[in-house]
Amino acid sequence: MIDRPLTLRETMTHGLIGLGLFLAVWTFLSVSGYVPRQFLPTPLDVIARFIQLLTNPFAGATLPQHLLSSLQRYLCGMLLAAIVGIPLGLLMGWFRLLDDIVSPIFEGLRFIAPIAWVPFAALWFGTGIGGPVMIIFAGAFPPCLINTYRGARFVDPQLIEASQMLGTGHLRTIVEVLLPASVPSIVAGLRVAAGLGWQSLVGAELIVAAAGVGFMMVQAQANVSTPTVMAGMVAIGIAGMLIDVLLRYGETLIRRRRGLEA
Amino acid sequence: MIGRRTAIGFATLAVLVLLWFALTTWTGIVSAGRFPSPADFWFSLVQITTRGYAGGELLTHALHSLALVVVGFLVAVTTGVPLGLWMGWSRRAEAAINPVFLIIRPIPPLAWIPLAILWLGLGDAAKIMVIWFAAFVPSVINSFSGVRTIERPIIEAARMLGTPRWRFVTEILVPAAAPMIFTGLRLSLQAAWTTLVAAELVGALVGLGLVLNMAQQDIYPGMILVGMLAVGVLGFVTTWLLGGVERRALAWNMAARN
Repeated sequence: MIDRPLTLRETMTHGLIGLGLFLAVWTFLSVSGYVPRQFLPTPLDVIARFIQLLTNPFAGATLPQHLLSSLQRYLCGMLLAAIVGIPLGLLMGWFRLLDDIVSPIFEGLRFIAPIAWVPFAALWFGTGIGGPVMIIFAGAFPPCLINTYRGARFVDPQLIEASQMLGTGHLRTIVEVLLPASVPSIVAGLRVAAGLGWQSLVGAELIVAAAGVGFMMVQAQANVSTPTVMAGMVAIGIAGMLIDVLLRYGETLIRRRRGLEA
Repeated sequence: MIGRRTAIGFATLAVLVLLWFALTTWTGIVSAGRFPSPADFWFSLVQITTRGYAGGELLTHALHSLALVVVGFLVAVTTGVPLGLWMGWSRRAEAAINPVFLIIRPIPPLAWIPLAILWLGLGDAAKIMVIWFAAFVPSVINSFSGVRTIERPIIEAARMLGTPRWRFVTEILVPAAAPMIFTGLRLSLQAAWTTLVAAELVGALVGLGLVLNMAQQDIYPGMILVGMLAVGVLGFVTTWLLGGVERRALAWNMAARN
């Protein structure tokens, strides 16, 4: 049956035991030689490699440089997704006809995994900045659009009626009624988009790129340098987490300002 | 009488097809090297279904990808759902497993691909491993939340009536968490497809990702489109099948939801 909540102390001890067990098994497997250390470096090896990569270049750049070029593409792709997705979502929430036209196309495209756009992205925009940006866009665009659309669609009808009674035009209704009313939903969508976009970026860089953390990992894989691959995973994980924390902070800020949360 | 929405949907489709013809075949505004004309597309489709491309016919590639997704998905579900249920049920298990989970979770599934290739090579085992990792997380999280959202009185009633452990699991825990579990399964399935396509694009011996990869290297837009459509169709069919299973399994709950 479901137990009572644990005390903080119990949570801590259990957590430490679980974490310790995980790290111990990992270290044991690699030190004992059951798994060759070349293929499963110990956690310490990974951390050491991570620190080393901060200053020593691999695949043409140090880890911070790779991360920086990844982040550049990421920002471009995310901005593009937001710039296209949010206005389109608002318009679809307001104009029924546009909704009826775009929704079926969108529903059809949804089943194609964003990463499957890689060949066309490479063909159309090259493998430098353009191609990966398009893949990030393909990953981040759907949640931007869907959440804005839902937000705009489910705005309190009284607000819309009030603005219409006052004779507000289409554009002003969208900008001054729908947009502010859907902000919480939009921000939630951006958070989902940020996660999916980050994942798409990694995928794109694994397949087509000449720089970035994903590229570094593929090079490391080709050179059978497992610690470098794992250090790359750590970097991707940390960066992804920071992005999420940042957006979550923004979300709370907005919710608080609107009095939705204490 | 068809609905307004369906009518507009078909009209849109017709306009898009016309536009496709117009931009490629009739005017050539979009060059054949960028996007295939309908004729190119048809030629590629016929080529891959009859003579084969990238070492096999379309059916071979598609079935191979499908089999990998199904196996990886099933492995992830059979490990992830019980783990999630257990974490939801036992606070101790949650406290012990959560920290490890928190470390692994921020790593996107696609980031496991190089490691999987390093460990297991370009064959099926590596693909199943990454699909497993990708589909595992949503299964665990949603099963966990499913258990945690069960209403307290139901659990207390069962406890008061002295329900044995096993019956508690099969008759209360799993059914009550089922709607959330299925949400997790849908996300898992999506993650499985994304990861498989990515993994096959990075390196594969057979599969739809390989078709896409070869077509990209051969600069063969017609075949790229065939590959993408095949991925989309399979994604749609598997999602639809899972939806069918869900409707059947949750029939008792549907009336309450509507």
